[in-house]
Amino acid sequence: MGARDWHPWLVSRLACVSVPAVEITGLAKRYGSVSAVDGLTLRAGSREVTALLGPNGAGKTTTVEICEGYRRPDAGTVRVLGLDPVRDARKLRPKVGVMLQSGGIPPAARPREYLHLMASFHARPADPAALLDRLGLTSTGRTPVRRLSGGQQQRLSLAAAMIGRPELLFLDEPTAGLDPQARHATWELIAELRAVGVSVVLTTHLMDEAERLADRVAIIDHGRLVAAGTPASLTGGQQQLRLRARPGLDLSGLLSVLPTGSRASESPAGNYVIDAGEEAGGTSELLAAIAGWCRAHQVRTDDLRLASRTLEDVFLELTGRELRR
Amino acid sequence: MSSAGAPAANGVAAARAAVGENDLAPAPGAAPLRRMVAAQAVFDARGLLRNGEQLLLTLIIPVLLLTGFSEASVLNLGNGSRVDFLTPGIIALAVMSTAFASQAIATGFERRYGVLKRLGATPLSRSGLVAARTVTMLVIEMLQLAVIAAVAFGIGWRPHGGWGAAATVPLLVLAGTAAFSGLALLMAGTLRAEATLAAANLVYLMLLGLGGVIFPLSKFPPGMRGLLGLLPISALSGGLRSVLQHGTGLPWRDLAILAVWAVGGVVLAARTFHWD
Repeated sequence: MGARDWHPWLVSRLACVSVPAVEITGLAKRYGSVSAVDGLTLRAGSREVTALLGPNGAGKTTTVEICEGYRRPDAGTVRVLGLDPVRDARKLRPKVGVMLQSGGIPPAARPREYLHLMASFHARPADPAALLDRLGLTSTGRTPVRRLSGGQQQRLSLAAAMIGRPELLFLDEPTAGLDPQARHATWELIAELRAVGVSVVLTTHLMDEAERLADRVAIIDHGRLVAAGTPASLTGGQQQLRLRARPGLDLSGLLSVLPTGSRASESPAGNYVIDAGEEAGGTSELLAAIAGWCRAHQVRTDDLRLASRTLEDVFLELTGRELRR
Repeated sequence: MSSAGAPAANGVAAARAAVGENDLAPAPGAAPLRRMVAAQAVFDARGLLRNGEQLLLTLIIPVLLLTGFSEASVLNLGNGSRVDFLTPGIIALAVMSTAFASQAIATGFERRYGVLKRLGATPLSRSGLVAARTVTMLVIEMLQLAVIAAVAFGIGWRPHGGWGAAATVPLLVLAGTAAFSGLALLMAGTLRAEATLAAANLVYLMLLGLGGVIFPLSKFPPGMRGLLGLLPISALSGGLRSVLQHGTGLPWRDLAILAVWAVGGVVLAARTFHWD
């Protein structure tokens, strides 16, 4: 049995393993005098969820739309499933599902009809009725799109992106404007897609979304990559302890019982932050060491809290705290 | 993986069973072009037939003008039966309503709502979309012609031209559709949706008044008459009238005028059209 006779599903799976979903090198795009993307280099792995995180105007949507073949880059190369999004558009379109940041659906269309239309563009589509049901849109199947809520339109747009059973999904802010229930349902669906082998590239400015869903996070600002990695590697995996006690504790004394590399600071008075060093063992040892020291020195602690650095901390550190346009 | 090849192999029942599990595992592939074009055409036709404003434009106004001006003698339409003069003009108006006004307005708003942009990401190619739109328009025009002809016969229309008209009328309608489509897409692809809406209505009214639809061109001053005769609506209404009222053969001059408008409009539209 030659390679040619292999099941198409198997062939596409084998191809997935070697080729990254998206590979961007030195991408630049200007609109007049404004530089939207400025030397971006980025890689989204196959069968992974990659989150592009960044403030408004960071260049996320421009980057995604270049990957979708809507715009040509001014400089740099973009490969999507190993193909050029503009030159190989015809080959790529069936393999890629797209959810635009807004719009795209005729306002007078009915969700059921619209999804059937999108399904009929594909050779082996998913079942529109099952997908509507899955996204809680069955009861609105015959309601004109313009009368749906923003969240319902958003979910219909998501359903349309995945109806053709693509290898790769581009989702531009998939949960923007969704209520918590719909957001969680969407997260579950994206996790399920990943589990069955779909690569997902999504943009978001929701930290918990990126932290929860993404295998890898790329933080973009001013059209450049400022950090990339797994959510755990970005947040450093470091444990942090916060406690309140009487002001003026002997911090060097406290540090002497903690793992080497630990740091402690007091700011404002009576509020202490302890960063456990790289060699810190489990949380319980750390807590035991601090509690033991406090008891030995008759320090009464209030509000002892264990926390890890969040993606939001990292994000604000990297992109600054000032407001964006 | 069970469902990847199953639908083709085991028929509809297997497909139902497979997707019933809501299988979303990758199984990409484009549908055959014919199926995509047919699906888009059916979707568009259904949308147009459900849209009240579009029906007003494409069906109700032409029929009202036909019946109203056939009965009332407000206009001197020259010798011969009123309805024989009016019907070819109303057919031309119906073609203009669908291919120009209705298409320009619909396309303008599709651009604005990102519908065309989103379709650009599907396996349906741009030429496939144009094909689907053409099919939709021709279906709508056939409906219009059937209704207009039925009403016209009802009030005493006696078309001439014999069996020859069965070939020349479709040819004129096709050429007119192409000419008006070029203009519609030129407008819708460059102007904002609201500007397209306003401009399409204005141009529609002007061409209705100046293009020999219900007022004969012979009523205008001689200097103006020659110029007005070059408008696509005049060529279409004039061409249809010479076949259906006077029983002539193929009106080459009118067909040539429509062809020039069609080529010019489509080429310009293709160069200037913005998809989003």
